[in-house]
Amino acid sequence: MIKDLFTATVIIGIISSGIRLATPYLYAAIGEMFGQRSGVLNLGVEGQMLLGAFVAYFVVLRTESLLLAILAAIGVGALMGLAMGFVTIQLQATQGIAGIGFYLFGMGMSNLLFQKLIGVVENIDGFSAIKIPLLGDIPVIGEIFFRQNLLVYLAFLLVPLAWFVLNKTTLGLKIRAVGENPEAADSLGVNVALVRYFTVTLGGILSSIAGASLSVALLNVFQQNMTAGQGFIAVALVYFGSWRPFGILAGALLFSMVNALQLWIQVLGIPIPSELAVMLPYILTILVLTLSLTKGKGPSALTKAFEREG
Amino acid sequence: MKKTIKLLSLLLITVLLVAGCTQAAPPVEEPEVSDQPLRVAIVTPSSMNDLAFSQSISDAMQALQKEMGEGKLEYVYSENMFVVDDAAAAIRSYAQQGFDIILAHGSQYGSSVQEIAPDFPNTVFAWGTTVDTFDMPNVHAYEGASDEGGFVNGVMAALLTETKVIGVVGPIETGDAKLYIDGFAAGVKSVDPEIDVRVTYIGSFSDVALAAEAATTHLSAGADVLTGSAQMVIGAIGKAKEAGAYWFGTQADQTSFAPDVVVASQVYHWEVILREIFAL
Repeated sequence: MIKDLFTATVIIGIISSGIRLATPYLYAAIGEMFGQRSGVLNLGVEGQMLLGAFVAYFVVLRTESLLLAILAAIGVGALMGLAMGFVTIQLQATQGIAGIGFYLFGMGMSNLLFQKLIGVVENIDGFSAIKIPLLGDIPVIGEIFFRQNLLVYLAFLLVPLAWFVLNKTTLGLKIRAVGENPEAADSLGVNVALVRYFTVTLGGILSSIAGASLSVALLNVFQQNMTAGQGFIAVALVYFGSWRPFGILAGALLFSMVNALQLWIQVLGIPIPSELAVMLPYILTILVLTLSLTKGKGPSALTKAFEREG
Repeated sequence: MKKTIKLLSLLLITVLLVAGCTQAAPPVEEPEVSDQPLRVAIVTPSSMNDLAFSQSISDAMQALQKEMGEGKLEYVYSENMFVVDDAAAAIRSYAQQGFDIILAHGSQYGSSVQEIAPDFPNTVFAWGTTVDTFDMPNVHAYEGASDEGGFVNGVMAALLTETKVIGVVGPIETGDAKLYIDGFAAGVKSVDPEIDVRVTYIGSFSDVALAAEAATTHLSAGADVLTGSAQMVIGAIGKAKEAGAYWFGTQADQTSFAPDVVVASQVYHWEVILREIFAL
């Protein structure tokens, strides 16, 4: 039975499922990483994802325009991010509680809007798979990597881009400085509030796109609470990846592929209780977290509000 | 063409079955005659239009409202109460507001009902899907025989599959989902024991993305007929639709979501048992 897992169909299946499942995590966790690197913990990711998912879905349902849908998701995400920024940066509310508040707001609002504006679960035509010429024809690899939809490709391109911005640009330097030692950054003329507003808004936008990647690309449907805790997993993945884009990529892929693996274990009838199979990705996450927390330390100013003296 | 005819005859059988069941239902007993409408409050774990579990109770209430006539039955509801503590708060608040009957529509609400019911001896509580009334005089329990309809769906699925592989996308291995799935598997085996029924439980009632991936996994493992239970299956139905694989539904009529692939749905007619509960 176990040896059934090592066939081409299963391995291709696991990797391509893993890539699809990882897509929303990548957007949301990379966005969350920028916020945390500048010192802001946003636990509202789940709510931002749900609102983004709803808005993108609604726009496709009404206009059939995928471009408008993504723009709308970006707009809503930016608003949610700005609001989170206003509450935590301007008003200096406790970040954890504010984030939970925004989670509940996003969930409630997406429910309400869905009930009032749509009401029934309907399928839409979302982003379809794009086969990249030549690369898509490579046996096995083409099937896994180069026959996905546009939002999947963009999610994976986001990782090196985020790495570049964070490590090779002045903006990235400012973000890191603000997250490590806002007083020092401030004394050197960095506008701490502005940098944090930027990262939290960017985080909102990316979380919103994460939601949209579910509702208009991977599933093409909206249902209340459809993100089912993925926003919180995304926050965990930032810790898992030690606040580094490639660490997050590794974490998202590992978590998603183990999830895909447990589905195959059940499909192939390998006698492991379903409860245990379902737990696999979480057990693994906890294991890696406990092992990695000892070495990776988060940004020093994480969750600390900054107030200019004088 | 042959496939279409087969499909049509199966559909006909289902319609007859449903019609048969309706006729077999006991005659309607009118609740005690009074001018006051019966006031019912419902607490559901998902939204009332989820095409699944919560929708089934919503449809039943609407049917009963029609049946009992204008002004005889009023109901309010709190939906999306997937957090059990919130549901408990809602149940208690409905009891305090003096509703006649409170329906806690979710097997996760049992302990809440057990805790709250003794404080309101004049309020009738009903919860499902279960058979446990905690030996309390004011608590009813209801359970659908979802394995029966599951068996019928299973027989039809067995007649339709060509690859001899059928995939099942389940939520958590419990309650009416487990009943349905076990019944379904038994139905398939009754036609052809050689057919491989592969069951996945994804560990969630709401994770649409994982349900979709489970369906994709079944499809790549060779399944050509799929079924599943609970509200997150819309993700799986979407994948069945893309692949042109047949889908069998349960809890509510799922045809509207993917008319081309949904062959038949087992529909929960809670009004049959609610009639009895209301009459008591």
